[in-house]
Amino acid sequence: MREELIVSGRMNRLIDPGLHIWHWHIPLYLFLGGLAAGILFFAALVTIQGKADKYPAAARLAPFATPILLSIGLLALLLDLNHKLYFWRLYTTIRLESPMSWGAWTLMVVTPLSIVWCALNIRDIFPGWDWKYPVLIRLEKFFKQNLLTISWILLVSSLILGVYTGILFSAFNARPLWNTSILGPLFLTSGLSTGAAAIVLLSRNTAERHYFTRIDLMLIGIEIFLIIHMFMGFLASTQVHIEAAQLFLGGPYTTVFWLFVFSLGLLLPAILEILELRGFSMPHWLAPVLVLFGGLMFRFIMAYAGQASRWLY
Amino acid sequence: MRYAMAVDTKKCVGCSDCVVGCQTENNVPIGYCRDWIVEVTDGTYPQLEIEIRSERCNHCENSPCVRCCPTGASHYAEGGVVLVTPDECIGCGACIASCPYDARYPHPEGYVDKCTFCLDNRVKKGLDPACVSVCPTKCMYFGDLDDPNSPVSRVLKKRKWKTLIPEAGTNPQLYFLI
Repeated sequence: MREELIVSGRMNRLIDPGLHIWHWHIPLYLFLGGLAAGILFFAALVTIQGKADKYPAAARLAPFATPILLSIGLLALLLDLNHKLYFWRLYTTIRLESPMSWGAWTLMVVTPLSIVWCALNIRDIFPGWDWKYPVLIRLEKFFKQNLLTISWILLVSSLILGVYTGILFSAFNARPLWNTSILGPLFLTSGLSTGAAAIVLLSRNTAERHYFTRIDLMLIGIEIFLIIHMFMGFLASTQVHIEAAQLFLGGPYTTVFWLFVFSLGLLLPAILEILELRGFSMPHWLAPVLVLFGGLMFRFIMAYAGQASRWLY
Repeated sequence: MRYAMAVDTKKCVGCSDCVVGCQTENNVPIGYCRDWIVEVTDGTYPQLEIEIRSERCNHCENSPCVRCCPTGASHYAEGGVVLVTPDECIGCGACIASCPYDARYPHPEGYVDKCTFCLDNRVKKGLDPACVSVCPTKCMYFGDLDDPNSPVSRVLKKRKWKTLIPEAGTNPQLYFLI
């Protein structure tokens, strides 16, 4: 039998024997960023449609979580940096070819907007809230007058944030598993799905819950299609891409992916959501929690498996 | 100007002098290396062939690391040499993940480090990179590809050569004579 044996004298920490430059920080951030993007997208969407009063959890309640989610995500990103004191270098330049530069600047737009959105709705949580200072009152008035403009900016920037979390990975041709342009739409769909799940989880209104359950069901369907599409693409591509797909089709990530992401994170919540919409009585929190869990697992598995996939030469 | 290097796999014995020479010249932190030896044994026993390569950053013309760097710390310097400016590097690891040759590593001080072709410390003074200078079998050639009389241009004209994973589209500038 013909055999090829490769022996390398290189043993750099975090590079060899397998790449492990990104730990839990990046997948956690990608999950939180996608979740925040999903929540903010629906908040902006229902506001633009003039349905903010019909869907209060989507428009006002769920967005309160987003500054916290984004802050934790940004903290994780900062912890991931090896040269932390130089993080400000991200903001002395814009590099259009670098997805990470895009992401840094998108976060610079989305994070303040998420705080503004909360400030505009703070009386939903604290009815007696008073801004005290005239400048803040004037600012609130200004934002309220331009709510539609802000909603459109938020809609577009949250979509960019959601899709960028996938593009960040897909831009690396060195890691065949990540190097598929389907990853942007896939992570965006997953982010929107977790966002819808968070709204379902927080909503106290059956009509709203059913509306977002239907949206989530549709998103899960798209996600399953994109995942199958991704594997079909890999299997029809070059040897390294076939090997990347095999990490999930018999390789070391098979069980975790098909059990935690596909079965528990997509298939089971989809079945529970269908049953709920058909009128079966079951715990309302179960399906959305599974969707959130699946989304988190998906980011972790893609981050780790991607670093395990490589070119051989 | 286009700096490039050629390594003769027929002459390289895998002694690792290039590795130690580089570590000494460039103060590479202990436990890390900017260049390394790879031995590939191929065939059906007992008909086996061995290829020994001294590998390092390929100083690609279409560098994924330069493309994905969010701050511009990774850049093309004189002669297409790919360098990292430590003061601009945030240590995000994007360039490390983007390199199909895994030629970069995180320096213990935080920034990302890699082979520089000894551009500032030797090549600009008219010397060869440290690895080329110390090689006891003289299996490495360095120079300017735009100059037809440079050692690397001459040897690439004379001999058959290959680059590593050209299908990755990086257009590597580290050549292996076969």
